[in-house]
Amino acid sequence: MIILIIIGIIILAPLVGGLLTGIDRVITARMQGRQGPPILQPFYDVLKLIQKESIEVNSMHRFYIYISLIFAVFTTVILLSGGDILLAVFALTLGSIFFVLGGYASNSPYSTIGSERELLQIMAYEPMVLLTCVGFYYADKSFFVKDIISASIPSIVYLPGVFIGFVFILTFKLRKSPFDLSMSHHGHQEIVKGITTEYSGRDLAVIEITHWYEVVFALTLVFVFFATKSPISRIVAVVACAAVYFLEIIIDNAFARLKWQQALNAAWIVTGVLGTINLLILSYFR
Amino acid sequence: MNFVKKSPWILHYDGSSCNGCDIEVLACLTPLYDVERFGIINTGNPKHADILLITGSVNEQNIPVVKQLYEQMAMPKVVVAVGICATSGGIFAECYNVVGGVDKVLPVDVYVPGCAARPEAIIDGVVKALGILEEKQKFARKKNS
Repeated sequence: MIILIIIGIIILAPLVGGLLTGIDRVITARMQGRQGPPILQPFYDVLKLIQKESIEVNSMHRFYIYISLIFAVFTTVILLSGGDILLAVFALTLGSIFFVLGGYASNSPYSTIGSERELLQIMAYEPMVLLTCVGFYYADKSFFVKDIISASIPSIVYLPGVFIGFVFILTFKLRKSPFDLSMSHHGHQEIVKGITTEYSGRDLAVIEITHWYEVVFALTLVFVFFATKSPISRIVAVVACAAVYFLEIIIDNAFARLKWQQALNAAWIVTGVLGTINLLILSYFR
Repeated sequence: MNFVKKSPWILHYDGSSCNGCDIEVLACLTPLYDVERFGIINTGNPKHADILLITGSVNEQNIPVVKQLYEQMAMPKVVVAVGICATSGGIFAECYNVVGGVDKVLPVDVYVPGCAARPEAIIDGVVKALGILEEKQKFARKKNS
């Protein structure tokens, strides 16, 4: 039974992630006054890339990308099957680090700059992700997702500040402006696509699929904030996920990209103020 | 099923164009023509691209550049020459440094004449190129199997 669930998660998560990315592209196009691609366009892109030739720069730089995908899959399975949220977060960080190593491995100046930008992004969002995990423990006395979502009061009641902070850094994770320093959805001719410069064909498809898993991971954490043991709250949580994703699309279209110094400052100030104060108050009352 | 027709990514290179055709190529991306509705993305990276769009004639200086861009693209790939300069050299054909059209250096698959080529003509040329791209992929598969 558990094996069936794991296989289901591995297959369904990228389908949901890809569909969300497709809806994102259509909404973005409509916001810019364009018609936009079909909703299934991300799937067409990935299937095309799988059919194309993969140019090998060296044997290692492809290897890192596949390791990165494996960690993203591992994270999503742990999170969706109700496992340990801390393990999930650290496994995903490890996946991101392998992605960065892949950028360095090809030795191209564009990839190197892309990798450095990705590292700065990781530095900016990681504290808030860890504080979110700590916050869940303070609220529900457990790191396990299945315990957190079966509490009687949703975690958002205890963690409003942490939630706002988490949505703020989600902009990094979903690769949206103003914090899309490395690998934006837009700007295909710019240095922001740096880390993918040397990847083509199947390898580029793997990077895209990894991103779909990450989208599912990010929205699952939003779900965990709202879910309780009552079924109605689960529906509310799904609606909240959709609302957060829509908000991120609006932010993506409304803001220009920031410099890395500003992005880092903004993320750490929000983490420091909203996250820390929320946790301080919570630890005082509970 | 063949998906290359559904998501052609374009690499745009300005040979020695007067920028007239380049402006028309970029006009295709604007809300009025919006080529993204066909899944077309203007990438700046030959390793991601399926279609090489060249505007302007080829001169002695950029022959190695054009050749390298073409070699860095992953198979299957097609070349579209946009504008009369890219097809034959146009009014610059007699210049001392101009070699002629793109076909002097690369195997061109689709010619889009015009000075400057209109966005509708460019989109038409790219859609024609998609048919050739599909054939090339089928041929490559047959060769492999």
